[in-house]
Amino acid sequence: MIEGIGYLSLTIWVPIVAGLLILMTGDDRNASGQRTLALVGSVLGLLVSLPLWSGFDSGSAEIQFNEIAEWIPAFNIWYHLGVDGISMPFILLNSFTTVLVVLAGWQVIKTRIGQYMAAFLIQSGLINGVFAALDGVLFYVFFEAMLIPLYLIIGMWGGPNRVYAAIKFFLYTLLGSLMMLVAMIYLFFVSGGSFEILEWHRVGLTMTAQILLFVAFFFAFAVKVPMWPVHTWLPDAHVEAPTGGSVVLAAITLKVGAYGFLRFTLPIVPDAAHELTWLIVALSLIAVVYIGLVALVQSDMKKLIAYSSIAHMGFVTLGFFLFNPLGVEGGLVQMISHGFVSAALFLCIGVMYDRMHSRQIADYGGVANTMPKFAALFMLFAMANSGLPGTSGFVGEFMVVLGAVQVNFWWAAAAALTLIFGAAYTLWMYKRVIFGKVANEHVADLKDIDGREFLVLAVLAVAVLAMGLYPLPVTDVMHASVNNLLEHVAHSKLVY
Amino acid sequence: MTPPPSDFIIALPEISLLIVACLVLLIEAYSQSKVAAYLTTILGLLLTSVLIVFAGSADIQFAFGGLYINDAMGVTLKLLTCFAAIMAVIYSRQYLADRGMLGGDYLSLLLFAVLGMMVMISAAHFLSLYLGLELLSLSLYAMVALRRDDVRASEAAMKYFVLGALASGLLLYGMSLLYGLSGSLELGRVAETINYGVKSEMVLVFALVFVVAGLGFKLGAAPFHMWIPDVYQGAPTAVTLFVGSAPKLAAFAFAMRLLVDGLQPAHGDWQQMLAVMAVASLAIGNLAAIMQTNIKRMLAYSTISHMGFLLLGIMSGSLAGYSAAMFYAVTYVLMSLGSFGMVTYMSRAGVEAEELDDYKGLNSKHPWLAAVMGMIMLSMAGLPPFVGFYAKLTVLQSLVGAGWLWLALVAVFFSLIGAYYYLRIVKLMYFDAPASSETIPVSHAGDARMLLSANGLAILLLGILPQPLMTLCAYSIQMSLR
Repeated sequence: MIEGIGYLSLTIWVPIVAGLLILMTGDDRNASGQRTLALVGSVLGLLVSLPLWSGFDSGSAEIQFNEIAEWIPAFNIWYHLGVDGISMPFILLNSFTTVLVVLAGWQVIKTRIGQYMAAFLIQSGLINGVFAALDGVLFYVFFEAMLIPLYLIIGMWGGPNRVYAAIKFFLYTLLGSLMMLVAMIYLFFVSGGSFEILEWHRVGLTMTAQILLFVAFFFAFAVKVPMWPVHTWLPDAHVEAPTGGSVVLAAITLKVGAYGFLRFTLPIVPDAAHELTWLIVALSLIAVVYIGLVALVQSDMKKLIAYSSIAHMGFVTLGFFLFNPLGVEGGLVQMISHGFVSAALFLCIGVMYDRMHSRQIADYGGVANTMPKFAALFMLFAMANSGLPGTSGFVGEFMVVLGAVQVNFWWAAAAALTLIFGAAYTLWMYKRVIFGKVANEHVADLKDIDGREFLVLAVLAVAVLAMGLYPLPVTDVMHASVNNLLEHVAHSKLVY
Repeated sequence: MTPPPSDFIIALPEISLLIVACLVLLIEAYSQSKVAAYLTTILGLLLTSVLIVFAGSADIQFAFGGLYINDAMGVTLKLLTCFAAIMAVIYSRQYLADRGMLGGDYLSLLLFAVLGMMVMISAAHFLSLYLGLELLSLSLYAMVALRRDDVRASEAAMKYFVLGALASGLLLYGMSLLYGLSGSLELGRVAETINYGVKSEMVLVFALVFVVAGLGFKLGAAPFHMWIPDVYQGAPTAVTLFVGSAPKLAAFAFAMRLLVDGLQPAHGDWQQMLAVMAVASLAIGNLAAIMQTNIKRMLAYSTISHMGFLLLGIMSGSLAGYSAAMFYAVTYVLMSLGSFGMVTYMSRAGVEAEELDDYKGLNSKHPWLAAVMGMIMLSMAGLPPFVGFYAKLTVLQSLVGAGWLWLALVAVFFSLIGAYYYLRIVKLMYFDAPASSETIPVSHAGDARMLLSANGLAILLLGILPQPLMTLCAYSIQMSLR
């Protein structure tokens, strides 16, 4: 049993308990109390995750903050939590994003505010669980359970076509998850009756088994990432989701899929991963190039950013399957950076949508004249999205391109196209929305961002700049774990 | 060594339940009070539960010359059957009272049905097995037909009766063939004889086909599922609630007694039949449920698909598989009680909340009810952190463990399809606006509401800590296999 309760458990259960408390406070008559409670819950969630950073030994690749307790002994299932340099930053990112989401929904959400806040807090706890779980079934429980609040968020507070988007999102991701479940049960038997993920890392497997497991995990994680061609749920979900939902989707949920590749696919089936590198690289490059072009022609801002997310995540998967430290670390940095940048962009679009109730680029023009502060911040995030040096967007992309050059020049060349496409679609959208003459009287009536909105965006701006100018603390944390992982992956675990 | 207890001590729960059932009929005849019969029923079921524990034994005991068996699995299942019946009675009190059906006839029929289930569960002999099954079936036919002036209910009862009688005939024919082969009606002796080798393998397979067909009928597995949707939809909701819950436990016991206690040596033969039935049930149940607009009918098809999963557990033929199937049966009964309990609760005098549209916008008027129903639906879809997930997990695990990887994949595929129509209920409750601006009618039965909350929370709590129930099932199965 555990001695006391560890920080990891707290990062999971503090937001969930806060969410349940909010649900108990009843309906919208207590809205202001519910908002305060949500803020307190999310800030507490962030506070209890800070010790993970400060107490983390970045020189070690070992699992830290281990917590292990008996859960379902009949099936040898344990409540086993722990983080390494790969998973720890994402718990922080998630707890941090939750605070922003609570603030972003402060006044915008008018109906069923308690349920809205509770859904986000519960979701936040569950996602922390995904990153912290080291037992297969525990991981699966969090991995699946996090779909439920997100399904409700999209379906209840989304746009006109929200029901279709919510169900599509749910069924797509469920398909992948169920394949993974069968893979996990298979691994349970192969490993001699263990659901311990780290145990699975050591199990020898035949090539056929590895390929099949790879396919199962691929379904689960590729849908979440999402990789081309299973990406189609994402634009729908994003367009219909409320701002907070989009932020969580882009900043966190997509990362769960990429994280799965590092925690499951690469170490459990390394030989299959090497064997099928061509597949992942091809799909990643298609995402980078083709989806980049698709983003260019979007007329809906949210859809544009959604496609841009897919392109950026293509970079991440490409980095992971280069099997060198630059690629993997670049991918991880890109994930965190994309967490900040996409969150900020969706918040920016949310700011405009709250005022104009339109996401169509054509409805805007000349916003800079009426919202100068907003335009300045938006500019920064647009630049970061197109990978301008000095912003966080540049660091990850540059590392991945460097890593790719070491492996194959043409991969690198194709990947580098994103720097052009990214700049093209982001800046072109920015130009059409922000600059030019004031397009219509609605734009003329716009009010600049208030203190709350400014705070949220400014915090993100600082994060984007800090990571762009001095990424060392982040890569430092990952270094040992990434090297350890790559060393593990380099050794074949094939049995005949 | 203590001497084995007398036969009558071992069968005390059944005997007392019989007395209570007769008593309820008498109370109806001589008392004006509606509450007396109701309370007697609940107290009688509670008394029976106590007696089950009292007469229970971890060892295997036989009584009445091998007609009756008392073992851990029997004790657990009988106890859970009684609890399920108590829940069904509490859920349906208001519904029945509103429609003037809360009387001795409903309650005593229910008690006789429970008695039939208990006899089935403790049967060690073809005769007692059949006797229990018929007592259960006849009581259920009458319960479905309780609303005489309702056309649909009468039609449902008629279909149920004709098809049920046919199934009983098939079963009897199969049993008679087995008797001819083995010279015994005792399940244990039949197993021994088959194990020793039978004269004609063909006759054995022939008998198996009939027995399994009869079993499939009683379980409601495809292709013998035709009666389920009509009966579920046509019967008064309170009766559907009962038909869809406790009898599934008895059906599981029936399958275990017949196939495992009696026909284990022919495992290879019935395994394939069950596999076909399971896949067909999963396919038909899940696909047909998508198209329904009536929630009772939708839940009926969902039952068929759940029975498919249950069969998958039994067919894997291992200790783990049997415990998985038992765990599945128990959790299914819990979820089924919750879902039909909700439909009953939502119905008021003159209003049947049978259409899916009746659940539109439930969240905006009754958030807690919507949350409970949502938990039940997601649990049925097999999503964590609800108990339905572990039911599916254990069955899948036993399948993969027995080397049926492809069946596990098929099951997973159909669960994905199944998730769609469960999600649709969640969608109706949470995403859609109420059909009318008036408040959604619900009955005002405080007892049912509390039970509903407890039912929903149990699904969540067992989903977070499933260990106790899993251990109970595994222990019961382990102690009962010969």
